[in-house]
Amino acid sequence: MITIERLQATAEELMRRAAIEIPEDYLTGLKTAAAAEDSDLSSFVLEAMLENYDAAKEDGRAMCGDTGCPRWYVKMGNEARVDGGPVALEAALRRATAKATSTVPLRPNRVHPLWRTDYDNNVGIGAPEIEYGFEPGGDWIDLTTVHKGGLFGTDYRMLFPSDGIQGIKRFFLDSLVAFGKRGLACQPAIIGIGLGGSKDACMVLGKRAACLRVVGDRNPDPKIAELEDEMKVLGNSIGMGAMGFVGKSMVIDCNIEIGFCHTGGMQMSVHAFCLSSRRAVARIYGDGRVEYRTNPEWFTDYQRRETVEWPQS
Amino acid sequence: MATELKKIRLSTSPTDEALAALQIGDIVYLDGVVYTAREGVYKRVIEDGVDLPLDLPMASAANFHCSPAATQHDDGSFILGAVTATASFRFSKWIGAWLAASGAKLIIGKGGMNPEDYRDHFVPHGAIYLTTVGYGTGALLGRGVKAVCELHWRRELGLAQAMWVIEVKNFGPFIVESDRHGNSLFERENAKIAANIEAAYNGTKPAVLKRFGETDDRQDELI
Repeated sequence: MITIERLQATAEELMRRAAIEIPEDYLTGLKTAAAAEDSDLSSFVLEAMLENYDAAKEDGRAMCGDTGCPRWYVKMGNEARVDGGPVALEAALRRATAKATSTVPLRPNRVHPLWRTDYDNNVGIGAPEIEYGFEPGGDWIDLTTVHKGGLFGTDYRMLFPSDGIQGIKRFFLDSLVAFGKRGLACQPAIIGIGLGGSKDACMVLGKRAACLRVVGDRNPDPKIAELEDEMKVLGNSIGMGAMGFVGKSMVIDCNIEIGFCHTGGMQMSVHAFCLSSRRAVARIYGDGRVEYRTNPEWFTDYQRRETVEWPQS
Repeated sequence: MATELKKIRLSTSPTDEALAALQIGDIVYLDGVVYTAREGVYKRVIEDGVDLPLDLPMASAANFHCSPAATQHDDGSFILGAVTATASFRFSKWIGAWLAASGAKLIIGKGGMNPEDYRDHFVPHGAIYLTTVGYGTGALLGRGVKAVCELHWRRELGLAQAMWVIEVKNFGPFIVESDRHGNSLFERENAKIAANIEAAYNGTKPAVLKRFGETDDRQDELI
């Protein structure tokens, strides 16, 4: 049985880590991009960002003043049990979000869309988002928090089978060019692409591809993996870099996730994470052990299953 | 690689000479006092006609488009962690009246403003625009904050929109985005990139279903 105290304490620590510590996979990707960059302005920006990550860690302060919109991904092993059940779990995550907002501190970004009411704690109607997944076996819960920036770098389009790969590439470039100017997408970033599903499912897939997969990870479908490589090269061929200055780096990596869709359509979404790719993960076991990591490992064979039954026969 | 960019220390109440010497692409670090003001403050002062809570530009000529990651304790003390700018183009409708009301000479934000804003408002008021770097170097900027001097309209506008008055030293980096003549670094870079952008589109094709208002001119900026 996982206790609520353990769950809330872990969630608070995750909030702190996500805001302050740049994940190693993204850091390595950005260092590679910085080494390859030869434009004065883009180089200056990337070097300043690398210095900024060190400063954040040394001082224990958030990497970016805009600490994004905290959200939670909860994945439960089939044998996991939480003291107080899912309602207690959700309350613990809301408490951890509110508490960390003042202790880290984070920027209280969340407001009512019309009345702009701000409780100064990043909690409100529908905030933070809490999404769920399940996994066969295991008495653990994987808690992932992502603090994604909220305004720029995301788009959706209904494409059709006849648009093909050419159409996918076109919309990908359009999204990068539109949001890359003046650096509004806070690039270079991990770009997530959702293909298929329905409009809402497609947005969810793309966001998860950007936020829940790490740099260097590849889709298990070899042809999709190849497309991920191709899209990364394509995005970096625009000639635009950090802040929309002339440069070589828009895309640190490109991750594609798919879902089966209506036979007539080919939905596509593009999501840019940012230069402060805030994500932190912990696995909490039934016996109270907690293991921290930065790879959400969200997309397992089970999450991507395409058979009726599990395990596959 | 080492950059050849010029680095400058600038007062937050800069002299005319110091402002005139700034060129787009210069790197700037600020010393003095900076205040935050964005849509909440602009609306309150310009549309609602509420008096400014401090003497501007005497107290500071540097307006930061920023909401800090900060907390105020019950005893009135502050923790101010990271600070980064928010995108400035959204404040276009107030900027002319604001420059007149505040006497600001430095507008600090994210991503610059439109060429028309520079021409019609910044140049006549002798103001320049500094962009944050990244975005954003929140921790580095946080290090440059020496103290929170005052916090105005916290109750009326909330922590994010309130007017934070902060003392800064070697506060940066920022990049000069617009100079005294209204030249823009982002516009210059956009033009350079536009010259080569078509090559990246080779082998792609427009979507079967067009969207309302769609343009195929990639030089258009959709902000």
